[in-house]
Amino acid sequence: MSSADPAAGATKATDDRQQALLEDLTTRLGDAVIGSHIRTGDLWVRIRREDWLRAAQECKAMSFDYFCHLSGIDWLPHTWPNPKVIEAPGAVDAEGTDASPPEAEAGFETDEPSSGEIVTGFAGGDTRFQVLARLYSTVRHIGVTLKADLDDVAPSIQTWTGEYPGADWCERETYEMYGFDFIGHPNLIKLYLPGEFEGFPLRKDFPLLAREVKPWPGLVDVELFPSTYEDPAEAAAPAAEEGA
Amino acid sequence: MAVADQQRVSYIASQAADIRLNVELQTEEMTLNLGPQHPATHGTLRIIARLDGEQVVKADVVCGYMHRGYEKLTEVRTYPQITTLINRIDWLSSFANEVPFILAAEDLMEVEAPPRAQWIRTLFFELSRIANITLFIGEMGVQLGAITPVFFAFRDREYVLNLIESATGGRFHPNFDRIGGIKDDLPKGWIAETKDAMRRIRGYCDELEDLLMGNEIFEARTRGVGVIPAEVGLSYGLSGANIRASGVDWDLRRDAPSPLAWKELDWKVWTHPDGDSFARYWVRLQETREATKMVDQLLDGLPSGPIQAKVPRIIKVPAGEAWCHTENPLGEMGYYIVSQGGLGPFRVKIRSASFHNVSITPWLLEGVYVPDIITILSSLYFILGDIDR
Repeated sequence: MSSADPAAGATKATDDRQQALLEDLTTRLGDAVIGSHIRTGDLWVRIRREDWLRAAQECKAMSFDYFCHLSGIDWLPHTWPNPKVIEAPGAVDAEGTDASPPEAEAGFETDEPSSGEIVTGFAGGDTRFQVLARLYSTVRHIGVTLKADLDDVAPSIQTWTGEYPGADWCERETYEMYGFDFIGHPNLIKLYLPGEFEGFPLRKDFPLLAREVKPWPGLVDVELFPSTYEDPAEAAAPAAEEGA
Repeated sequence: MAVADQQRVSYIASQAADIRLNVELQTEEMTLNLGPQHPATHGTLRIIARLDGEQVVKADVVCGYMHRGYEKLTEVRTYPQITTLINRIDWLSSFANEVPFILAAEDLMEVEAPPRAQWIRTLFFELSRIANITLFIGEMGVQLGAITPVFFAFRDREYVLNLIESATGGRFHPNFDRIGGIKDDLPKGWIAETKDAMRRIRGYCDELEDLLMGNEIFEARTRGVGVIPAEVGLSYGLSGANIRASGVDWDLRRDAPSPLAWKELDWKVWTHPDGDSFARYWVRLQETREATKMVDQLLDGLPSGPIQAKVPRIIKVPAGEAWCHTENPLGEMGYYIVSQGGLGPFRVKIRSASFHNVSITPWLLEGVYVPDIITILSSLYFILGDIDR
């Protein structure tokens, strides 16, 4: 635990390193880099879909020797936690994808966007599906998260197994959980799920049956408190009353 | 490395001799199924090995018998509820699973726990490392036919589990870490007891070193078996002691910025150049001993003060993405949290160490002998909950 000032200086220094890395990546990949983001010593880069494999090759050449993970994101808005489900059972799907704006009447003031439009994360995104992967350099001790947009209807992208053999299982997992096709993967079969399993569980429109039967168990705790809990002091007061 | 090479050379030489004598041996491949229930797998992992005589031609790993869908479940839970789930990923060092998740959430909320909380976190992190790896270094013996070490392991691991239980209330699943701090302070008399337990664990490490390290059978079965070159291991995503045993000097406790107290301590990252099963065992044994020293230092330097930062009663995490990883007993464990504001995360990617550590086995098992499968699997040391999540 160092004092505040050197810590802030350290954060600044790491951000400079990310900036340098981003510039290096941009010169190597050219216009394949279509988005980036730097936040507290971490770097996100969005790569054009066609250049996904080339990005891995360039990263490997830039001493990113360690394959950290690879997975996907489905940016379709999901409306959880949604207490309205309790008030009007059956009105809105707990994993609802397209239903009426749920947060507005839910008793919470959230910063969440109204449902229906896709809001993507750092480094942006244009499509519903994204693949994300993280690489790390054990030489330079710096990591980067790469993302690529995938097609909404037939999501597919090149495989990384040639560059990073560790991507083999990750891509199989992403394939079964999201239905992404990894072109050129030597053995793209299900990893966890039984072969006859239908559907892609981690997609947002895949219902979680346990929650259909019994909506989320934490609801009772939340209902006791008013919706104005943004200020810690205010939040503490009703909590104290509750205790008494 | 030398023993495996000798074995391979003698195998090739015998085949060459057969060819010279114009003897063509009719060999038929057979399939050997290992698991899903096998003592070497710490859970339910299945290996389908195609054998040519005593050698593995190709090995397939089948997992998923214990898949619980945590990544989906995290999407329908609030942040404080999720720590209960992720306790069960690597169940031998549950507290260590909680820490990176909490740190990632704190990172998004821009909350920092007070120093005392960070030190106690580090303390329990290292205690769960000891609880985890003491089992491994005992268990490795029993896989290779030495029964005694595992009894020692269960005896001495008990001290650590009792300590964790007395402070957190949970023997295996403490669920002790909170956003902005920890649940409770340490109980009275706990520090003295912990120091005593650390002394015993060091004694246990010495005992095992005497029992196994100089043992000829143990050396013959582990030296040169399952050699992983550093660059291969890294490209497969191997981390932790498995990659340090291949000579890569990389430990996230030292190399990654972290609010935990590791940087304040005097300790050493152990590496071994060989990359074989023996090296993996040796590195883990040294790490256990190093962890006991770290616990002693943590107890001596424990700062006073509050154990919980001010956080709202109901945790809401601002929109953003955060990645946080720590050096868990099994390797690099990380959580990639995507938040869109609100009570629960939008998406959590769990990067568990064993998943990647085991993904190398199809490559590693090619060409080894049947008894070595067990050596390699137990020396890679994985927990099935950590693979299947």
